[in-house]
Amino acid sequence: MITSFLIDSLDRRGRVVVALLVALALLVPAGNLLVPEGSAFHVSTYQLTLCGKYLTYALLALSVDLVWGYCGILSLGHGAFFALGGYAMGMYLMRQIGSRGVYADPVLPDFMVFLNWKELPWFWQGFDMAWYAFLMVALVPGVLAFLFGWLSFRSRVTGVYLSIITQALTYALLLAFFRNDMGFGGNNGLTDFKDILGFPIQEPGTRAALFSASALMLALGFVIASAVVRSKLGKVLVAIRDAESRTRFIGYRVEHYKLFVWTLSAGMAGVAGALYVPQVGIINPSEFDPAASIEAVIWVAVGGRGTLVGPLIGAVAVNFGKTWFTGVLPEVWLYALGALFVVVTLFLPRGIVGLWETVVSGRSKPAKEPDEAGEKAGEAA
Amino acid sequence: MTGKAEGSLLYLDDVSVSFDGFRAINRLSLVLEPGEMRAIIGPNGAGKTTMMDIITGKTRPDTGDVLFDGSVDLTRLDEAAIANLGIGRKFQKPTVFESHSVEDNIALALKGRRGAFAALFHRRSAAEQGRIDVLLATIRLSDKRDLLAARLSHGQKQWLEIGMLLAQEPRLLLVDEPAAGMTDAETAETAILLKEIAKTQSVVVVEHDMTFVRALGVKVTVLHEGSVLAEGSLDAVSVNPKVIEVYLGR
Repeated sequence: MITSFLIDSLDRRGRVVVALLVALALLVPAGNLLVPEGSAFHVSTYQLTLCGKYLTYALLALSVDLVWGYCGILSLGHGAFFALGGYAMGMYLMRQIGSRGVYADPVLPDFMVFLNWKELPWFWQGFDMAWYAFLMVALVPGVLAFLFGWLSFRSRVTGVYLSIITQALTYALLLAFFRNDMGFGGNNGLTDFKDILGFPIQEPGTRAALFSASALMLALGFVIASAVVRSKLGKVLVAIRDAESRTRFIGYRVEHYKLFVWTLSAGMAGVAGALYVPQVGIINPSEFDPAASIEAVIWVAVGGRGTLVGPLIGAVAVNFGKTWFTGVLPEVWLYALGALFVVVTLFLPRGIVGLWETVVSGRSKPAKEPDEAGEKAGEAA
Repeated sequence: MTGKAEGSLLYLDDVSVSFDGFRAINRLSLVLEPGEMRAIIGPNGAGKTTMMDIITGKTRPDTGDVLFDGSVDLTRLDEAAIANLGIGRKFQKPTVFESHSVEDNIALALKGRRGAFAALFHRRSAAEQGRIDVLLATIRLSDKRDLLAARLSHGQKQWLEIGMLLAQEPRLLLVDEPAAGMTDAETAETAILLKEIAKTQSVVVVEHDMTFVRALGVKVTVLHEGSVLAEGSLDAVSVNPKVIEVYLGR
């Protein structure tokens, strides 16, 4: 039932996206490992890892879009779920180091030896097992999101107020993870990884596999998001986005719907973070920086919120721009990002995808943004 | 208390609510029999919409009883629970889901399980599709079923919202100014539609338009400053001196 549910969920555009991602998962590693250097089709390991990183960002953007684009919950703290997934993966990678650390302790990571800790804290137990760690990658952000969402949606915290609390959540975690006593390596975070699943993490083969895993996970995330959005539940989510109180008066428990999509989205962001960490080789508290969460929102806005393809395009395009800009004119990047957000908000309310649709179909843009209009109508009622 | 409410569909007794010291509803009492249609009139600020808010769970009264079906205490339930109990509401300003098609608007309102997981795996059955088709025909939007609701005219949105209300199969319909912004022809048709609905369900209509209320031909309750000023046929309340003074005379 679940399989047919997922397969039926893709429209034509969705099938193209999934096919592209699967092709990417096969061709890019092949271009790195099989095509000789110097060939026009060779992909350097640097490029491969960079693209892999973009794909994890795309998955994060997709998770933001699921709550923001489809349910109107503007999260300015999704980076927190991404970072938590990253830390869960980082903990596994730390345990994989074993006695190869500087202090050669078979169990304790270096920073714990340095802090004079005698034994592993309880929350580090089990992270030597891959299955447990990989479960935690989605579970930890999911449980946090569930608790956070349960409290705020039940109290009907919405709009700007909710956005501010999500921002506070990620900031609080940032401060907490900076502390050495938390047991996550303080401001240095977790790094110096050696192996993943027994394979050396710096090897080109491992890097290629991580790239493929990122592309396939993004494809899976896309299929799940598509299934959710196209189901009746997805239609209720859009109804909530456009006219929340109306949806209540029809008999839907709005808070349950929000909680479902919020928790799912957080788990997705966690998986993205977990794939990000082995590719960049480090996770530290700066990933909790509120600015990082806001950047993810910009990716979605640029690509086109409320579409599933938009966040993917937005994340890759903006980060490509970032990589290019910070190489050529590093001091200009933040201004460029700000200007981009202003331009998109003013002139492209539906982002790149919206622009493309307008150009292709040649029709004028939709009468109005459903969001604001619907919300006001709900208020007036 | 329960004894008095027995046999009634909706029973409000001595209900009061204040917002920042302003008494929006002041010791309001109202009884609606099953199958009854009632028109509620009153000047702006008389508390008509606040009364709807109390019945549907949006606002909690400070004091008083609000009972449905003679025994269910509505003041303890939230909007979703009250809606699922069988009380449907149409808003003053038509509120439809603008980025959904006309058909999806009806489908979302259709009576059925409201849980998140039920919705996730929901497949529309033939029976449901049949019901949607009938409703679309009733509100005369069959040919516009695939249109986004945002593209409908004001009057069509009003009808779509009435269709959504019917899709819920409520036992009690609360209809706030259904004729607002409609042409005379649409107003007359809306009155016919509401009378048709009232044959099987109880209806409370809040309305300003006197010709419309007259066309309905039902018992009228006049609200003023949050309480009932007069009750009876439209002709009877029209000659009531108190009513003339506060409302009709102006």
